[in-house]
Amino acid sequence: MNASQEKQYVDLFRQARTMLARHSSPVMDAVRDEAFSFFEAKGFPSPKDEGYKYTDLRPKFAIDYGMNLNRLDVKVDPYKTFRCDVPNLSTSLFFVVNDTFCARHEHLTALPAGVEIMSLREAAAKHPSLLAAHYDKLAGQSQDSLTAFNTAFAEDGVFLYVPDNVVVEKPIQLINVMSANVDMMANRRMLIIIGENAQAKFLVCDHADGEVNYLSTQVVEIFVGRNAVFDYYELEETTAANTRVANTYVRQEASSNVLVNGVTLTNGTTRNHVTVMLEGENAEIMLGGIATVDRWQHIDNNTLIDHRVPRCTSNELFKYVLDDEAVGAFAGKVRVNPGAQKTSSQQTNKNLCLTKQARMYAQPQLEIYADDVKCSHGATVGQLDENAVFYMRQRGLSKKEAMNLLMFAFVNEVVDNIRMDALKDRLHLLVEKRFRGELDRCGGCTKCKYE
Amino acid sequence: MQIKDNNNEYVKTVAASDYKYGFTTDIETEIIPKGLNEDVIRLISAKKGEPEWLLDFRLKAYRHWTTMTMPRWAHLDIPDIDFQDISYYANPLKKDRPKSMDEVDPELIKTFNKLGIPLEEQMALSGMAVDAVMDSVSVKTTFKENLMEKGIIFCSISEAVREHPDLVKRYLGSVVSYTDNFFAALNSAVFTDGSFVYIPKGVRCPMELSTYFRINAAETGQFERTLIVADDDSYVSYLEGCTAPMRDSNQLHAAIVEIYVHDRAEVKYSTVQNWYPGDKEGKGGIYNFVTKRGLCKGESSKLSWTQVETGSAITWKYPSCVLAGNNSQAEFYSVAVTNNYQQADTGTKMIHLGSNTRSTIISKGISAGRSQNSYRGLVRVAEKAENVRNYSQCDSLLLGDRCGAHTFPYMDIHNDTAVVEHEATTSKISEEQIFYCNQRGIATEEAIGLIVNGYAREVLNKLPMEFAVEAQKLLQVSLEGSVG
Repeated sequence: MNASQEKQYVDLFRQARTMLARHSSPVMDAVRDEAFSFFEAKGFPSPKDEGYKYTDLRPKFAIDYGMNLNRLDVKVDPYKTFRCDVPNLSTSLFFVVNDTFCARHEHLTALPAGVEIMSLREAAAKHPSLLAAHYDKLAGQSQDSLTAFNTAFAEDGVFLYVPDNVVVEKPIQLINVMSANVDMMANRRMLIIIGENAQAKFLVCDHADGEVNYLSTQVVEIFVGRNAVFDYYELEETTAANTRVANTYVRQEASSNVLVNGVTLTNGTTRNHVTVMLEGENAEIMLGGIATVDRWQHIDNNTLIDHRVPRCTSNELFKYVLDDEAVGAFAGKVRVNPGAQKTSSQQTNKNLCLTKQARMYAQPQLEIYADDVKCSHGATVGQLDENAVFYMRQRGLSKKEAMNLLMFAFVNEVVDNIRMDALKDRLHLLVEKRFRGELDRCGGCTKCKYE
Repeated sequence: MQIKDNNNEYVKTVAASDYKYGFTTDIETEIIPKGLNEDVIRLISAKKGEPEWLLDFRLKAYRHWTTMTMPRWAHLDIPDIDFQDISYYANPLKKDRPKSMDEVDPELIKTFNKLGIPLEEQMALSGMAVDAVMDSVSVKTTFKENLMEKGIIFCSISEAVREHPDLVKRYLGSVVSYTDNFFAALNSAVFTDGSFVYIPKGVRCPMELSTYFRINAAETGQFERTLIVADDDSYVSYLEGCTAPMRDSNQLHAAIVEIYVHDRAEVKYSTVQNWYPGDKEGKGGIYNFVTKRGLCKGESSKLSWTQVETGSAITWKYPSCVLAGNNSQAEFYSVAVTNNYQQADTGTKMIHLGSNTRSTIISKGISAGRSQNSYRGLVRVAEKAENVRNYSQCDSLLLGDRCGAHTFPYMDIHNDTAVVEHEATTSKISEEQIFYCNQRGIATEEAIGLIVNGYAREVLNKLPMEFAVEAQKLLQVSLEGSVG
């Protein structure tokens, strides 16, 4: 392996060590050195690492990016420049520009009492014990060198806290915008704590502005308390020059219900990983994903559902539509630990390849150490049903139209799992536009509309 | 609750049952000293009186092997193996090769009788040709003359090297090259014997060809090499079955099976593997690291693997098919049973290179005790392979709460016209099913046997009749004392 790719970052870390400490909080800084030595020892993952078999990120890290380690102010007001609205969906809207959190007062006050969304730095001052009890507690165990990379370099991030028994009716929306004039890397971090019996919906949209190379590493840690209900949606609409490495870690207590749904509409290279740890009985997880990729786009979803206690339910549904020379990969592992009896787990991965050059790698895996379980997985790769296309053409639909209709129906199954009607409608529209080839830009932003 | 109690009692009573085929035959064996180096390979080659090109092949393989490390990717806990602590050649001492049954060592005949394959009976009744491999040198081949009439060659590979060098030279290593993997390289370097089958053009082999392997001498690895070549429009069904006597220290087994299928030919390869799996504490048992691969080189060729895996402490085995010829077909049917501390990581690879190729994978895993049973499979569709169709189904059945069942399927699809499906389920025998049987007067033990056999039926049905009966018995024996 070419050691120089790591060297660039190893040197940077050593040079910027004091700066990293100055711009972050003691809690974040406490785990930094350990994470860094882990990264230094392991290096960037190569296709020889099972989890990164289909996505070689090393060339992406070889690019000389700028990093805003010195926390220079964001020059733009994202509220004025970017709008990514979901029609008929009023959300509490926040931004992360590159890796800096921006909030407006009116959105903060609109949240129910006790609900906090703020930068991790602010949280370190306001909720030091909460932060100390949760930060890097999930990610730190992951043995993933890119997570360690993020922990080593992240200076700030987003902190969301919903206290016990609080129901947040209005969805909270966070827009990640990559915006720079030069090649840029951002190390984003999120810590989400949902208290007992609490409920919240969180929508994260990823955008990239301009044509420079972007690379974002993102680590999200989500703690969901007993009986809580939490929805976590990710919607990626970035550019071909964007690389996204997102590792999400979810820990669920008893009787909690979590939905994680990741939609990749346009992107460059994306590698998403989700680990769900089911720690309390009767916890339920619904994990879903859609990818509609074309040209040379690359999408890799890698998931691990870890059933650690009895009587939990997991459902997984991923659907890909691959066009042109796009590459799709899906690796989903369900692990049922010893003693996790009465587990019910279902995993489905279906993929449509539209051209000869499109490639799909599917790897649905089960690791089961308990006997009283019902687990199944299924994966298919195929094309649209010729008979169905023929049927529609007989009735006067053009071939293109018939195909769009079928593809739309194909991914709709995942969209229908979404528990936010307005987002569902919006996605129906976006997916349709995407298939019609009209979705070059997201269309919702003023940035896109007026520039 | 009643059922639970019954089960516990059942466990206690049957847990005492031991491996039925654990015995050692007293035959003098010639064993060369332990260790592996170029001199040992030269010695093996010289002892077998091999030609120069084969020695070169071995040495090349050995040199390549020394650059490799043991693969660790499988879901197996493999203890470190000291390859220098193994004797690589064991040969039952024989002055002349026997020409009739009378000349066969009576001890040997006894061994086969204990295994339930009396040679003479088989010769007379089943019409099967048995190429019995005792340790590494083929001792007795039957029906050879009959086969010869049709032009079929069925002999030990050493004999084939002597008598049909051109054929062996042409096909040896053509499907599994010596660089393929660690164990394939090792086998290529030190293989001692095995079977060679050649079916000429247009010939349908009139009987099922069968080899009974048996590891006998203590601490000798067995490295057979089987090579089957089916020429245009031919057909052959080949059976392989194994049992091994009880041993304390682990034994290594690294075989290679190569199958080369020409235009419109069909090969059916069935295995029942019942080597010593170790005792109830996981002590001893065979390490089974096998490379099996078939190449459907010709158009419309067909290859079918059927395996029933009940033995071995560790199984590492992926009978694969390379579908190079257009319209070729491949099938893989497998039942893998693990009990006590057994570990199995088995499955198949279907490499679709030709257009309109089809493959079917049916895998049934049954794990009991503290065993780990994994299915690992790959379906690859190359860019130029049009209209490929694959259907895979892997089911796992868990008996007991301390065992593991895992599935690791890989699908690499590089062509849009492919239709590839994979399905897997994991479950246990439900208490309702057992209760239902109990209600009708079927004891729990019997009920479980019934359900397991029903579960594996799809695969067992693919076995030739003689094998199916044995396999069914094996399933029951392997699972005795495991159900609780």
